[in-house]
Amino acid sequence: MKTFNILISGVGGQGVLLTSKVIAEAALLSGLDVKQSEVHGMAQRGGSVLSQVRFGEKVFSPIVSEGEANLLIGFEPLETARYLHFLKDDGVVIYNTRPIGTIGVSIAAEKYPADINETIKARAKTVMPFDGTQLAVTAGDKRTLNLVLLGAALKFLPLKESAVLDAIKNTVPKKVLEINQRAFAAGRAQGK
Amino acid sequence: MKKAILSGNEAIARGFIEAGGKLAAAYPGTPSTEVLETLSCEEGIHAEWSVNEKVALEVAIGGALSGVRSLACMKHVGVNVAADPLMTASYTGVNAGLVLFAADDPGMFSSQNEQDTRHFARLGKMPCIEPSDSAEAKEYIKAAFDLSESFDTPVILRTTTRISHCKSVVEVGIAEPRAGRGLARDFGKYVMLPNNAKKRHVFVEDRLLRLKEWAETSPLNQVIDGDTSLGFITSGISFQYVREAFPKAAVLKLGMTFPLPEKLIRKFASSVTKLAVVEELDPFLEEQIKAMGITIHLGKNVLPLAGEFSQRLVQEKISGSALKVNEPVSGLLVRPPTFCPGCSHRGLYTVLSKLKLYVSGDIGCYTLGALPPFSAMHTCICMGASISAAHGTAKGLALQGTQQKPVAVIGDSTFLHSGITGLINMIYNNGDAIVIIMNNDTTGMTGGQEHAGTGRSAKGTEAPRLDIAKLCQAIGVTRVREIDAYNIKDLEKTMKEELAAPGPSVLISNQPCVLRYRVSKKAYVVEKETCKGCKLCLKAGCIALSFTPEGKTGFVEIDPLLCNGCGVCSQLCTSGAMKNS
Repeated sequence: MKTFNILISGVGGQGVLLTSKVIAEAALLSGLDVKQSEVHGMAQRGGSVLSQVRFGEKVFSPIVSEGEANLLIGFEPLETARYLHFLKDDGVVIYNTRPIGTIGVSIAAEKYPADINETIKARAKTVMPFDGTQLAVTAGDKRTLNLVLLGAALKFLPLKESAVLDAIKNTVPKKVLEINQRAFAAGRAQGK
Repeated sequence: MKKAILSGNEAIARGFIEAGGKLAAAYPGTPSTEVLETLSCEEGIHAEWSVNEKVALEVAIGGALSGVRSLACMKHVGVNVAADPLMTASYTGVNAGLVLFAADDPGMFSSQNEQDTRHFARLGKMPCIEPSDSAEAKEYIKAAFDLSESFDTPVILRTTTRISHCKSVVEVGIAEPRAGRGLARDFGKYVMLPNNAKKRHVFVEDRLLRLKEWAETSPLNQVIDGDTSLGFITSGISFQYVREAFPKAAVLKLGMTFPLPEKLIRKFASSVTKLAVVEELDPFLEEQIKAMGITIHLGKNVLPLAGEFSQRLVQEKISGSALKVNEPVSGLLVRPPTFCPGCSHRGLYTVLSKLKLYVSGDIGCYTLGALPPFSAMHTCICMGASISAAHGTAKGLALQGTQQKPVAVIGDSTFLHSGITGLINMIYNNGDAIVIIMNNDTTGMTGGQEHAGTGRSAKGTEAPRLDIAKLCQAIGVTRVREIDAYNIKDLEKTMKEELAAPGPSVLISNQPCVLRYRVSKKAYVVEKETCKGCKLCLKAGCIALSFTPEGKTGFVEIDPLLCNGCGVCSQLCTSGAMKNS
């Protein structure tokens, strides 16, 4: 298969890394070559974070270039908009509509863009916006947003559902597995 | 063999285990931290957080001399701290293998500079090895230990952020049993008195020549046959970008980037029509290859010296033509990092900002106090510089007739790393500054590692807990006070008292890192009808707060999913609109 490129963006602390970890594991279980790139350190303190996953027959670079992404999974609207130019012409966007203000917004020095949803819609052919945070809270913990979004993204991933489900079992700590499986199911129902 | 997805750092740890490594010492630093973290879970290996990188390397030197394969891990700027033992360890050589793992940070995701560690290999005349993915990282550390023992030299294993923090498929092997070599005693080799060192320097020069010869046929350096109209010499992550951008081109991939295999390079260069050298940061390979008298057509004449590369950048710069671009969405708000909701640093900086004090800063989460809305840090140089620089600033101001007490802000782990010496220096030299030690009981920015003040070892077992207040008293600080960084009123009062008092003082905040210790308090709510829309609370600079300009005055809201209930904003509220009962 041709290399499939995924970008996962959000705000430091939202749990972006787990989504990419599960996808990478699912690709490995599917017998594919996979590379995953992530950011640690200072950006994790509430900054803009980006994780990248690429899988296929043979993958060289671990990072996705502009115009190469098949799928963009956004944990927050502004952080989704920030990486839209990485999408292919037929790239898909799945994102959580619940905004998190920047520090500038919080001190009323700047305004969160009111038209952010329209901006995203205008830049991609297939866009799936929904309140993933609400689904995560309903599943039992706001931190399961990563599995909600993964569930919603499932039908756009060229991976078997069984591989993704096994990857979740291999990756998510036992203590919180059930709640994460619930969140994944809620996301998948949203994506259907 | 089992396949796993490992980061470069996890793969290095795995390779260390498979190589029969026994002792690892490190100081946390992005992007190097996870090697020691992974090893700390491993039985039969002594893995420790040392107080700084110099100490970590010296511990590893001691381990190697005792007869076990030993590893020191650090980020690129840590090598500066460890440079002193490193340069002389090159002279003494090793007994069992000694490897220094250093992770560079092109693009500066979490660093104060972008220096290129490969220069240290050249300075110390020791080998530098660079893997290009996780599978190689695992194999290369094994090769590094073999090389260390066969050539009697420390070896630098150098990665960059995209090697250390990218994950790729690794075949996990088995650990080879390796008996210890036993303690080495050799006066001429290990005691670097001038007369011994003179002889060892001659050995080092000869070793370098032998290493060069070895590099010519080393499996670490590989030629990938391909189109010879444009050939590439590259290493590390740049190799992956070259392969992606020019999949058909002939490539000489250097796994060992110091010393270089001159004959191999010469042969490759003569086999291609045009030669490109692709490397991030400094023209380290390029300058050495040019010094061989070889023409490089494309190198730093087209590639940048700063920042990290990508396949796209390599393709554009080497081909000299721009690829089609999708413009980024214009005018988007930037999202700089900021203190976590509930972080104790927020209260401190609210006060430092209000009092408009001059703050000498340091390396850690608290460096974010330099950003708006606080803008309350005025220098940040390196680990431990806050106290010594504050002392120098106070002396310099006094020489200009200005009596002003600077404030130094430093974290607990950084204080233990290299702030102690600055404090001793300040007290000894009759200095006058306020030192604030933000003790949150962890090494925060790197994700929460233990240190000598947490009472736990790297393995999580109980350890002696250093008492920072007592240490400061022992150093000779007479004014040592504990502060509550969440209590703004008290903090402001204390600061004013210390500013007025003659002589230096140390203020210590003892509040746990909310991230590391998962502190979660009940969220505050704003009574809309009571809120006057004065925005005073927004000075807390917390992303849980937002202002809605509706109605007569507008009002503030608190996001219940983000608020951590620290109450700093509520202390700034003069109308009593913020409640959490």
